[in-house]
Amino acid sequence: MVDTLFLGVAVLTIVSAIAALEMRSLVYSGIALMGMLGGIAGFFLLLDSPFVALFQIAVYVGSIAVLILFTIMLVKSELIFHKKEDTKRRYAGIGLMLIVMIAMASVIFNSGLSSITTDEPPVDYKEIGKDFLTYYWPALIAMALVLSGSVIGAMTLARRHDGVENEQRTD
Amino acid sequence: MSNELIDFVIVSIALLAIGIYGLSVKRNFIRMLFAVEIVINAANLNLVAFARFLPHSGGQTFALFSIAIAAAEVAVGLALIIVAYRMYKNIDVADFRSLKG
Repeated sequence: MVDTLFLGVAVLTIVSAIAALEMRSLVYSGIALMGMLGGIAGFFLLLDSPFVALFQIAVYVGSIAVLILFTIMLVKSELIFHKKEDTKRRYAGIGLMLIVMIAMASVIFNSGLSSITTDEPPVDYKEIGKDFLTYYWPALIAMALVLSGSVIGAMTLARRHDGVENEQRTD
Repeated sequence: MSNELIDFVIVSIALLAIGIYGLSVKRNFIRMLFAVEIVINAANLNLVAFARFLPHSGGQTFALFSIAIAAAEVAVGLALIIVAYRMYKNIDVADFRSLKG
C-alpha cells in the first residue's frame, strides 16, 4: 500500500523531471532539475538510506545544480529560451517514451517483484564504510583518479587559449 | 515499511522513459545533459530500492559510486558545452557540424 508521503514525493519528482525538459527558459529548467534531484533524495530517505540521501543533496542539489545554473548564465540569453522542435520528432519521442514505459512495466508486473515487501531492519551505514574500505578499495582509488582526471580535463577544455586572450587584450 | 519494492521500480521506469524522451527529442545540449541526469537518477533509485528490500549494503555503495562518477561526467559535459558555445556561438547539437563522422 502506497502512503501519501510516497505519492507526494513521486509527483514532485516526475513533474519536475518533465518541467526540466519542457519549460521554456533554461534557468527555470535548471531549477526544476534541482526539484527532481531533491525528490530523489526524498526517495532515498523513504528507503531508510540517509547517508546516500545526504550525499545526493550535497553533490547533486548542492554542486551539480549550481554548476549547471552558472553554465546556463554564461550562454547568450536568446539561446537559453526554448526553440520549438519538429512536431514529428516530438510525437515520435512521446511514442518511444510510452513504448518503453509500457513494455518495462508489463515485464515488471509479470515478474515476481510485485509481491516483495520487507520487515527487516535497514542496512546500517557503517556497512557502507566497511564495504568502501575493504572489498571495494581498488574501485574507490580508481574513482578518485577518474574524478581528479575529469576535473583536470574539464579545466583544460574550458581554458581560453593564449592567442584568444592576447587578441582580446589588444582590443 | 508500508511501500513495496514495485512502487519504487515504477517511479524509476517513469523517470527512465522521460529521460529517453528528452534524449531523443531535444536538440539543446544542456537539455540533453538534463535528460542524462534524469536517467542516472532513475538507475540510482533502483539500486537503493533493491538494496533496501534485499537488504544488502552493496546497492547503496554502488549508488554512491554512481553519484560520484555522475559528478565527473557533468563537469566534463559542461566544459564541452562552454567549448562548443565558444566555437559555434550556439548550443544546438544540430549545428555542431564538425563533430559529424
